[in-house]
Amino acid sequence: MYIYDKYDHQMLAERVAQFRDQTRRFLDGKLTDDQFRILRLQNGLYIQRLAPMLRVAVPYGLLSSMQVRRLASISRDYDKGYAHLSTRQNVQFNWPKLEQVPELLAELAEVSMHAIQTSGNCIRNTTTDQFAGVAPEEIEDSRPWCEIIRQWSTFHPEFAYLPRKFKIAVCGTRVDQAATQVHDIGLYLKKNEEGEVGFQVLVGGGLGRTPQIGQVICEFLPWQHLLSYLDAIMRVYNMEGRRDNIYKARIKILVKALGIDTFREKVEAQWQYARGGEATLTETEVARCKSFFTSPDYEELSDDDEAINKVLQEDVLFKHWVERNVARHKIPGYRIVTLSLKETGVAPGDITDRQMEFVADLAERYSFSEIRITHEQNLTLADVRFKDLYELYQACKSERLAEANLGLLNDIICCPGGDFCSLANAKSIPIAESIQRRFNSFERLQNIGDISLNISGCMNACGHHHVGNIGILGVDKKGEEFYQIALGGAQGREAKLAQVLGPSFAQDEIPEVIEKIVDLYLTERKSDEKFINTFERLGIQRFKEKVYAKAD
Amino acid sequence: MPKLIRDGQLVKDYWTLVEVDTDLATVLSSQADHLLLPANFWLQHKSELAGVNAKIGLWFDSSQNPAEFDETFEKFPLIALAFPQFKDGRAYSYAAIVRKQLNYSGEIRAIGDVLRDQLTYMLRCGFNSFLLADDADVETCLNGFHDFSENYQSTVSNPTPLFRRRR
Repeated sequence: MYIYDKYDHQMLAERVAQFRDQTRRFLDGKLTDDQFRILRLQNGLYIQRLAPMLRVAVPYGLLSSMQVRRLASISRDYDKGYAHLSTRQNVQFNWPKLEQVPELLAELAEVSMHAIQTSGNCIRNTTTDQFAGVAPEEIEDSRPWCEIIRQWSTFHPEFAYLPRKFKIAVCGTRVDQAATQVHDIGLYLKKNEEGEVGFQVLVGGGLGRTPQIGQVICEFLPWQHLLSYLDAIMRVYNMEGRRDNIYKARIKILVKALGIDTFREKVEAQWQYARGGEATLTETEVARCKSFFTSPDYEELSDDDEAINKVLQEDVLFKHWVERNVARHKIPGYRIVTLSLKETGVAPGDITDRQMEFVADLAERYSFSEIRITHEQNLTLADVRFKDLYELYQACKSERLAEANLGLLNDIICCPGGDFCSLANAKSIPIAESIQRRFNSFERLQNIGDISLNISGCMNACGHHHVGNIGILGVDKKGEEFYQIALGGAQGREAKLAQVLGPSFAQDEIPEVIEKIVDLYLTERKSDEKFINTFERLGIQRFKEKVYAKAD
Repeated sequence: MPKLIRDGQLVKDYWTLVEVDTDLATVLSSQADHLLLPANFWLQHKSELAGVNAKIGLWFDSSQNPAEFDETFEKFPLIALAFPQFKDGRAYSYAAIVRKQLNYSGEIRAIGDVLRDQLTYMLRCGFNSFLLADDADVETCLNGFHDFSENYQSTVSNPTPLFRRRR
């Protein structure tokens, strides 16, 4: 992974000092609430319902075991012994004290971590597919490009006070597990006929109040121009994005209002001034960034292992876990393992200090000391030897990290909701739990198969409910918490926005409603059809009839 | 009195800022020898203003893109860009455009809600003077320019990005 050099370290140290000074001036009464609010948000610090929340950046979801150990000790020393993984591959602490945050940031900086631009109306943490660099048949490893974008976006002086937040995703895999199309800018790595690397650039995607799939602004942007082109898009948005209405301030609204062709013309007009200039990327810089993401020392292994095959026949639970949580790797004899953080009774994405240290141990023993956070709020060990799978699985059981439910109905993506977040209209964690309790038999979940269920406690859509096969949105109805259901959303290269089913439901009705939706699917599905395919074949009307049918 | 920092120093401000709704007669009878006029005011009255002895500078509100202003800037010694609120970041882009695309070499001044913690970003986007509130602590503000000793990007103040300078 990327290793900080003297420049990166210096800037980070200066940032820690800057924020320490800002906090001191605020506590001394020299900064107003409003002034400090914007500054602390640019440093990931929210004031929540119960306490401040600090969002720590995990650039493109990649962590070393040493960094995970530090997150564990911080959660013990400054928090209540746990952390939360967000849908932007970041880590959140829910209980730090404001006065202690500068110290906490200094501890993070010691392991090259920070909370820079994890909130506020600036360019946020760049995300990517958690299988980057290890997925079979990958087009191009996205990580070096993410790092290039991380540096460009960090303390970019022109784009720190945008109309609204700004999110960029980069994807070089064929499947796209990065929700690339619902980002303000989505970058698909591709190669032209000459085999040269470039990007298909999408703009104006996003979730929130007005969900949109991004539109293609550039079919093939040669890699050299990545930063000057991003500068041009950002500049048009910074100057022309709406600032009069927070709900219409995202770039998607501007792109829609202008039309993609007019927006493109404006971007090209800005770009002509910078194109080919000093921001043009060099072979040297790309080679430097790529040098941090070379393959680890893979062993030459057979893709099969007799001992493992034997256990697979004997231990059914292990077999299930391998089927659900283990994916193919580009190197024979290796697998990509995802540890589920979706145990019933635990808030989705929450992880204890002890579990973090355990995962760091696992990574050191089995996966070249690296860990990845997925936007589905799970953890990936990207380079595990096939022959080590059973040992790894056994170890995970003792720390309750062996749940075999990846991609199943109870692998719920869920924001912190009204239990923590001051923006939320409704709670989301108890909804997740009530569904997990209703669907608690593995056989049944297995029978239902691949399905995504996303819950957001408000319109801001941190739980990505618009792109869930089943999306649940908390709404406020005259001071009471209600839940609107939408169906048919999908992420990936064929991303789709979910359609609203109908009037919303009370909290205690939700498990029953999900049950009806799933029942209709099970009754109607043809052979191995997945939920999303059956939904698309039947259409939303059939589901409406089923769910809202009056009891006889 | 507001405090002015220009090119890294506290200096006297000779300019008189004329508000948007000022009438022409008031401006013409003004004794000021440096008039900072709303850009549209100047556009509207430039023939009447031709005989004024005072030096003229223009200021732009954040809703007005200077690039769309049909006049060469070089004859004005001062272009001021307003921050109605510090979180309105449009003028960062305007300053960069005025410097890099319109090649303006005169003074670009940040006016309005100009605070210590934004100064370094303004400087990097091409501003070289900063009009601070009456009660601003000048020393604290001057320190604001030195929050960071290095930056990643290609910007107005340093067009060569770090990746071309790393050793």
